[in-house]
Amino acid sequence: MVKKILAKIYIGLVLLIMYAPILLLVVYSFNNAQYINLNQPFGRLSGSLYVDLFRNEEIMTALLNTVLIAISSAVVSTILGTLGAIGIFYSKKKMKKTISALNQIPVLNAEIVTALSLTILFVSLKGIGVQFSFFTLLIGHVVLTVPFVVLSVIPKLQQMDVNIYEAALDLGATPSKALKSVILPEILPGIFSGFMLSITLSLDDYIITAFTKSDSFTTLSTYVYGVTAKGPLPAELRALTTIIFVGILIGLLVYNFIMAKRAKKNERRFKRI
Amino acid sequence: MKKFRFSRKQLVIPYAIFLILFVLLPLLLIVYYAFTNSEGHLSFVNFINFFKDSTKLNTLAISIVIGALNTILCLLIGYPIAYLLANKKYNSNKVIVMLFVMPMWINFVLRTAATRDLLSAIGIKGGTMPYVAVMIGMVYNYLPFVILPLYTTMLKMDKSVIEAASDLGAKPYQVFIKAIIPMSMPGVISAATMVFMPTMSSFVISDILGERKIQLLGNLIDLNFNHSLWNNGSTIALIMLVIIGISMLLTKNVKKEPASRGGGVW
Repeated sequence: MVKKILAKIYIGLVLLIMYAPILLLVVYSFNNAQYINLNQPFGRLSGSLYVDLFRNEEIMTALLNTVLIAISSAVVSTILGTLGAIGIFYSKKKMKKTISALNQIPVLNAEIVTALSLTILFVSLKGIGVQFSFFTLLIGHVVLTVPFVVLSVIPKLQQMDVNIYEAALDLGATPSKALKSVILPEILPGIFSGFMLSITLSLDDYIITAFTKSDSFTTLSTYVYGVTAKGPLPAELRALTTIIFVGILIGLLVYNFIMAKRAKKNERRFKRI
Repeated sequence: MKKFRFSRKQLVIPYAIFLILFVLLPLLLIVYYAFTNSEGHLSFVNFINFFKDSTKLNTLAISIVIGALNTILCLLIGYPIAYLLANKKYNSNKVIVMLFVMPMWINFVLRTAATRDLLSAIGIKGGTMPYVAVMIGMVYNYLPFVILPLYTTMLKMDKSVIEAASDLGAKPYQVFIKAIIPMSMPGVISAATMVFMPTMSSFVISDILGERKIQLLGNLIDLNFNHSLWNNGSTIALIMLVIIGISMLLTKNVKKEPASRGGGVW
């Protein structure tokens, strides 16, 4: 019993310390003091930072850009990676090994090495008119995320019954039709988790973004990085952090609730059998 | 000419071209720039410059020390957490597990800046104690990456081995050393690889929390990038690649958890 309490205390303490920076920002997001100062009394509760946040054009542009690059890179990565994974899965052994090894490089490599290598590539291609733009940034983010799409789709292909594709062909489906209506539905969960993983990696990225973007383009990461050089976080970002934190928390609880419900349903089905 | 016929194998072609153009070719360029001087002639001058320059060697040494220290600290804090979370006796709530990985979804730069605000509010300022601030920031950032692989390994641990050990008379600490640690080793290794190299090559945490007073290998590459010094930057990148290669060879024989970079979350 004592052990159990001690375990709970340890878990709680680490969680509290882990969330302390974010909780501090959450609390101070309702106070319009310019900077956080624990020695001063908290002052009046105020929601004005939330209004300021949505009025701050720089932050809003950065947010919009962040979402734009996350979605477009995730879409490209998901398509490229899913086709790639199917191709790898049905290739001959030698090809399979080579492509899988190449696929591992961005996963294992330090992100800054990947970023620098892409920058050097784009700089070398200056002669044929390549400039740092949304397109180079997109390539950077696809390099960052596409290996993870491949890695989430391949296990689903391995779990699939190999005969169903052949069966579809025997029953008169064209190869592309069989791919669309037989293989695709089987690997859909893998494609979905690859897509979600791409989005989260892209939203979170700073290094590749900073190295491959054009000068005028800002994302949330590069914007925040820029302002931290000048001093503490601008007050509006406390409101933004709170919104992100609460959004993720709600998402997590909803996801958990759905999973628990689904598990219960399955349990009941098992009992009936 | 043979008529074009669709087969599933051909789907690999676009991806293969993409990998060659944007993964393989850039790496070859790094090797090329590392072994040439600014006029484009083959030379080892970049390496000679790196290993002769005491500040750069210092950076390499500091990066290795901070990387190792961060790995150890994260394992010391994260191992018990993962053990408790994976043990039904202490925790049966999945939400608690997810709370430990949730910080990964809050923007990394924002999180780091928040940590700086907290640390300076309680008097740990990057200007006066940069090493303390940077170490705390590193642990903050990499702890979830340690807990996740350790947790998944420990879930899969064979509980009957642990029971058998204590039934056969092993004391609790013996059970821990002889049964639990060896069984969780794959998780420890993959956690360590997920912390050590990224710490050495990071520059955001050392920049923001150390008030630009601490230089890691990542900062050095960033500096060369800002000044368009491709030869010097590539040299450091290549040194980093060699270190990654060595650490992979060292851990090759241990089976790893595939949950890299939050991959296990989804």
